[in-house]
Amino acid sequence: MANDIVKPENLVYTKTKVLTDNVMHYCPGCGHGTAHRIIAEVIDEMGIQDKTIGVSPVGCSVMAYNYFDVDFEEAAHGRAPAVATAIKRLNPDSYVFTYQGDGDLAAIGTAETIHAANRGENIVMVFINNGIYGMTGGQMAPTTLVGMKSATTPYGRRVDINGYPLRITEMLATLPGTCFVTRQSVHTPANVRKAKAAIRKAFENQRDKKGLSFVEIVSSCNSGWKMTPVQANKWMEENMFPNYPLGDIKVDGKIAEGIDVNRLVVSAPLSVVNK
Amino acid sequence: MAKELKLMKGNEAIARAMIASGTDGYFGYPITPQSEVMETLMAEKPWETTGMVVLQAESELASINMVYGGAATGKKVATSSSSPGISLMCEGLTYLAGAEIPCVIMNAMRGGPGLGTIQPAQSDYFQSTKGGGHGDYQLYVMAPASVQEMYDFVFDAWDIAFKYRNPVLILTDGAIGQCMEKCYTRDYLPRWTEEERRAKAPWGCWGKPANRAHNIITSLELDSARQEVFNQKLQKKYAEMKENDVRYEMLNCEDADYIFVAYGTSSRICMKSMELARAKGLKVGLLRPITLFPFPTKQVAELAKKVKGMLCVEMSAGQMIEDVKLAANCQIPIEHFGRFGGIIPTPEEVLEALEEKIIK
Amino acid sequence: MTEEIIIAGFGGQGVLSMGKILAYSGVMEDKEVCWMPSYGPEQRGGTANVTVIVSDERICSPIISKYDTAIVLNQQSLDKFEKTVKPGGMLIYDPNGITHHPTRKDINIYRIAATEKAQEMGISKVFNMVVLGGFLKLKPIVGSEFIHKGLEKSLPERHHNLIPQNEQAIEVGKGLIEAVQVL
Repeated sequence: MANDIVKPENLVYTKTKVLTDNVMHYCPGCGHGTAHRIIAEVIDEMGIQDKTIGVSPVGCSVMAYNYFDVDFEEAAHGRAPAVATAIKRLNPDSYVFTYQGDGDLAAIGTAETIHAANRGENIVMVFINNGIYGMTGGQMAPTTLVGMKSATTPYGRRVDINGYPLRITEMLATLPGTCFVTRQSVHTPANVRKAKAAIRKAFENQRDKKGLSFVEIVSSCNSGWKMTPVQANKWMEENMFPNYPLGDIKVDGKIAEGIDVNRLVVSAPLSVVNK
Repeated sequence: MAKELKLMKGNEAIARAMIASGTDGYFGYPITPQSEVMETLMAEKPWETTGMVVLQAESELASINMVYGGAATGKKVATSSSSPGISLMCEGLTYLAGAEIPCVIMNAMRGGPGLGTIQPAQSDYFQSTKGGGHGDYQLYVMAPASVQEMYDFVFDAWDIAFKYRNPVLILTDGAIGQCMEKCYTRDYLPRWTEEERRAKAPWGCWGKPANRAHNIITSLELDSARQEVFNQKLQKKYAEMKENDVRYEMLNCEDADYIFVAYGTSSRICMKSMELARAKGLKVGLLRPITLFPFPTKQVAELAKKVKGMLCVEMSAGQMIEDVKLAANCQIPIEHFGRFGGIIPTPEEVLEALEEKIIK
Repeated sequence: MTEEIIIAGFGGQGVLSMGKILAYSGVMEDKEVCWMPSYGPEQRGGTANVTVIVSDERICSPIISKYDTAIVLNQQSLDKFEKTVKPGGMLIYDPNGITHHPTRKDINIYRIAATEKAQEMGISKVFNMVVLGGFLKLKPIVGSEFIHKGLEKSLPERHHNLIPQNEQAIEVGKGLIEAVQVL
């Protein structure tokens, strides 16, 4: 039907073949769909669909394998970096990426994340940080902001009880095994373009055997945050970004220009939100 | 490396057999009493000869999930550990079984519970054959009783693992892992070529070519009806194992009045006890299950029709005896004798137990 | 024939390698053998021991509690293993550093001043072979041509030039061992 309306000569955009036609189960307003798309486009543009093996986490994106038309392994909660380590070591010509959320990557899978990074595994890790456990119903994540309400911090996260939000991306930048560490978002067209360029660079690093590339995408969870998509994006800009500032942290194995090294190694003050 | 007669530890035999059987990768974490497996591999540097990958992981959780990752690409990937480490790996084991990934795991059992002792035990029988992880799954479990079998069973394990797309557990203990015995090594089997890998594992994640749909390795199925169909398929596979791939050894069972049932280290003790018994004029035989799952149920049932009693000898508080009793179906007296917590029984006390508990 | 032996002493005395050479020699003579070391925390704290079983038959347990022969090379090991020798069995000890000597009357006790002799001859590195020689004099369970093969198999090739020295030490040990009368 669409073909009757969309004439090839008028076509300005089409879905990449690296995404399947399956309807995504993500909530309207969620960043996963866009994050999936830009990864799939990079795989398509680099011509590596037949060499790419993805690893999905436990969490909202557990079934990412239904959306990417590449070979895919679904890992146990938090274990994706270990799974990816072996895939890459045994298949060094393949392109391997993990796609994980904050609970998976920065709580239950912290050890696997840090050790894969510290070994300098030649893989790409994509980290979706929305400050909350989405799939299990909005519980506190390691990245939940101080004061932020969740199903398990109904009166707001308290440092004296729950500790501090974990900036694992900054931690990973301090490890010699990481080559490229960056924090992006996909909530505006300009940010999507930047995030896609970062994903592209990460896959190129893998091609060039430069070590681990880590792309955090700060995302909203309007369902879990109990907001409209528009409100969630605004809230994210006002509250998430001050705690999780966007931009490159480490490029080609060196701390990026303008990054205050203290931010990486010292527990810098974090803003408190009231929501 | 060609055929050779060598003196080696059970743990070393496992490592050398991995290299010789064309294993593609080993991922492990040190734990007594099996650390020599990875130490041997690291010293042998097979990545320079066969191309086998060897990596020390950050934990058993990581190593079993590295097995999951690597083996899901259709490669021959193995790990080894000991009881507390295997408990950690149980998460990975149920995922491996649930995603139908062939692989080989070795457990050199030590006495528990908890950290327990590092001395040999057989108290992980339930964990190995009745689950360990969650869900209705089975590992194919082989119990070697010598260093030679440790070596040979690695080769057999690969055949079974790929025949059934199922994890294979080689269940041994610290005694066989640590002791050195004679071992005949074999000629090296080359690692599979790329073409062989694709032919043996058409389901594997080795990169989607244009002419096939993408392969997905997962144990997730949110549709209960489909999950039930899948679980039925697993059960059918386990039934086929029971039908076709039960292994056991019977010694002096033809004329026996009494039978020892024992595997691994315990079976070696029972061989001596059997000799002592025969010297006293007692007709005693030994049934040694080599596969613990599938269990030699039919063989126990057949023997139960003609003997007067059985003694299950295990280095545990009595675990395998449940399978023996189920198989014998109350036809004859069956009792357990065991030492545990790291103690190996003597042949004399085993015979004494037979006389006291069964012969009376 | 089945001979069940415990060899025990300080780490660094070559206890494990003595056992391995004996076991490998047994393999070369086509006997059944089993070599079982103490492991884990048990091997910490400076002591080491190994069980060696050489037999014409299939060996049952690699871990045993009673021995035909105990070869003990320090006080700790003597205290621990004297009582584990089967009645009528054999105890061999090096008197170096021993203050409490063996007392059992139902076993045969031998002493071998191997530490002293090896130092005197400047062959401390093959001290353990002096002890092995003493044992083989009393219980020649493996033929000397097979001991040679056992040495070849146990020692890395770069140390094969040391085999004659090892064999000489074994001969020294054979002449050194002496029976002890417990009064």
